[in-house]
Amino acid sequence: MNSSQLLGFTTFAYLLASILYIAIFVFRAQKIGIVASVVTLLGFLAHTGGFALRWIESYQMGYGHAPLSNMYESLIFFGWSIAIFYLWLEWKFKNRLIGAFAIPFAFFSMAYASFAPEIDGQIKPLVPALQSNWLIAHVMTCFIGYAAFAVAGGIGIMYLMKDRYEEGQKQKGAEAGGLFSTLPALRIIDDIIYKCIIFGFVWLSTGIITGAIWANEAWGTYWSWDPKETWSLITWFVYAAALHARFVRGWSGKRIAWIAIIGVFSVVFTYYGVNFLLSGLHSYGSPG
Amino acid sequence: MENKKGNSLWNFFASVKLALVTLFVLAVASIIGTIVPQKEEATRYIELYGANVANFFQLLDIQDMYNSWWFVSMLVLFSLNLIVCTIERLPHIWKVVRQDNLAITNADRLGKMAMHRTFTSRMPSSQTVGTVRTIMAAAGWPLRQAEKDGGTMLFSQKGAYTRLGVIIVHVSILVIFTGSLIGSFYGYKASVLIPEGGETSQVYQSNNEHTAIPLDFTVSCNDFQLTYYNTGMPKEYRSDLVVRKGSEKLFEKSIVVNDPLQYGGLTFYQSSYQPVQGQFTVQITNENTKAEQKFFIPPRQESKWLTEKISFGITDMSGPDMMQRYQYKIWFSDDKAGPSEFWINEGGTAKIKRPDTTYIFTAKPRFATGLQVVKDPGVWTVYSGCIMMILGLFVIFYMSHRRVWVFVSSDGDKSCILISGMSNKNKIGFEKNMEAIYDKFAAESSFSS
Ligand code: HEM
Repeated sequence: MNSSQLLGFTTFAYLLASILYIAIFVFRAQKIGIVASVVTLLGFLAHTGGFALRWIESYQMGYGHAPLSNMYESLIFFGWSIAIFYLWLEWKFKNRLIGAFAIPFAFFSMAYASFAPEIDGQIKPLVPALQSNWLIAHVMTCFIGYAAFAVAGGIGIMYLMKDRYEEGQKQKGAEAGGLFSTLPALRIIDDIIYKCIIFGFVWLSTGIITGAIWANEAWGTYWSWDPKETWSLITWFVYAAALHARFVRGWSGKRIAWIAIIGVFSVVFTYYGVNFLLSGLHSYGSPG
Repeated sequence: MENKKGNSLWNFFASVKLALVTLFVLAVASIIGTIVPQKEEATRYIELYGANVANFFQLLDIQDMYNSWWFVSMLVLFSLNLIVCTIERLPHIWKVVRQDNLAITNADRLGKMAMHRTFTSRMPSSQTVGTVRTIMAAAGWPLRQAEKDGGTMLFSQKGAYTRLGVIIVHVSILVIFTGSLIGSFYGYKASVLIPEGGETSQVYQSNNEHTAIPLDFTVSCNDFQLTYYNTGMPKEYRSDLVVRKGSEKLFEKSIVVNDPLQYGGLTFYQSSYQPVQGQFTVQITNENTKAEQKFFIPPRQESKWLTEKISFGITDMSGPDMMQRYQYKIWFSDDKAGPSEFWINEGGTAKIKRPDTTYIFTAKPRFATGLQVVKDPGVWTVYSGCIMMILGLFVIFYMSHRRVWVFVSSDGDKSCILISGMSNKNKIGFEKNMEAIYDKFAAESSFSS
């Protein structure tokens, strides 16, 4: 058994779980709910094992380091963060319907890491700039934050779908029933989005700060307006604005759902777009 | 407060709408600087965007956007907004933290709160109050009480001070800004190149003039090592640095990227290296006597180690090979036997047998290590601000100010109980807490809902 086999199994498990969660939602097949949860959990355990094994393998190759050092490894960790964050949400809110809007992200992240031609899955030694314990703190905190934002965006889509459906029903004068009635009440979905955003915001803030400390240890500048730094700050501004709009100006519901979705674009650009479209200091996530 | 209310400038700076607009503009403006390359030569912009656009960029300082007058003004506006907003709200927040809720809350307000429930008790009010207190204390809400509004008012609260979390977060941003200002006024960034075996007592500021800044000590570089992984990727850049004052050695450290040397308020970072043109580092060790000497020599020239009576030189070179290494041809001689000639790898060692001893010989290019030198007395202020921010965010998001009131009034030989609660955050979570309390009341045999 090696790490790529385990991670391959994980990708497959998340695909299956995505299908199951969507089936629960679309066919209202609540009975298979437990199966979806078990598949996700198994996938998550394999994922954790694969992550740990890759760490060990890098030591066996003689240049041991935490598997958080390039695009491939961070996508794997991103998927892992989404899975654990979702499992926690499912347990906390006792609701499996969120799964259809969250686990597909974990699958995409894994599948993209495994199959995209521009992403190299080989274990490589660390260049001098990355040889720091701050690498672990920085990457982990950022990606936990990104995972929460991704799930917030997914649930934002769920909110808008349900909202639209209910509006339609109201206009037809029909009872609010059907597919979307199995989703939690809008008020609850709104609350979950907000909770995901604040969770993500705390972690993103910590991620930016650990990154700044690391930069200061490596180069003597905690902030240099490099594109990656700047984009993480832009993302942070977007969510800070969302929090103020909600808390001070009373925004909620649709508007917050939209911001949650816009936020995901900002996250994806910070994480992915900057590496491929802009250039900068972050030797880190470069495609190779 | 009153006269401030009337002041429209003050209100402008105190408004959250301004904060939202500023955040939006900062976010959008920041994007420009990630797309347009920063701090390039003026000609580069003309090349990239044409003369007209380049002129326009010049006008708006786009080539150094994050230090431009307008971007800095935005940051100043943002700070003013925060300061005024904080000053405006602090007294109110402080009042809520400190106020005596028992005294100021009237019984008729309780029934109007979003979360409330009534129960009747078969006991007279004094006994009922006792039971209520017991139930509530067991649930983690020790009550204070006062007689008022024709009954007994009881009150308990948790987390009143968590209301200060917002202040902590907003002030933390100002603390971080302060730290960065301290850094830019009292600190500097500089760099210096020290050849192996060389020393410096000044560094050169990283600005256009490269102004020399004298140090009150000297830094020397004894050795620079560059190592590679077997894949050919660089593994480590290492410089052995020594700090001296006069002839006294004060401090010594071998630095690598991510592990700088700190001395006298300055930090020296490993940032680059370059070979010194036409010079090589040769180290020779006498295996018997352990005598050792390092030489910096030009190629194709005879050099001498006088005490050992050795002559040597690099007579030829080839390379580089797959590992990016060069090979050197060495000529070596002493007065005991004929000269020997051999090839060695850059950084490799050779053993030279002579009648009385063996010499260990190594040769590599002479490097100069490039150090980034930073003085930043503001860093710890910035770090304190960061810690404040995380703590503050945690308080804001995961703690709340929760208040519970119970009002007990007599109704003949029975009594009425009105219980209500309020939380400033996480209302859905608090509702569950309240439900649990209602359940406890309902489970009490002498109470009924
Ligand atoms: C990017 C910088 C900022 C951050 C990270 C930040 C953070 C926060 C957070 C986390 C909250 C609490 C929101 C909630 O409870 O959901 C908050 C509330 C608030 N913020 Fe900010 N803030 C920032 C900038 C500003 C600025 C510039 C203003 C200027 C007006 C401002 C005014 C307020 C106000 C009035 C509140 C409500 C406070 C209250 O409870 O009375 N914030 N802020």
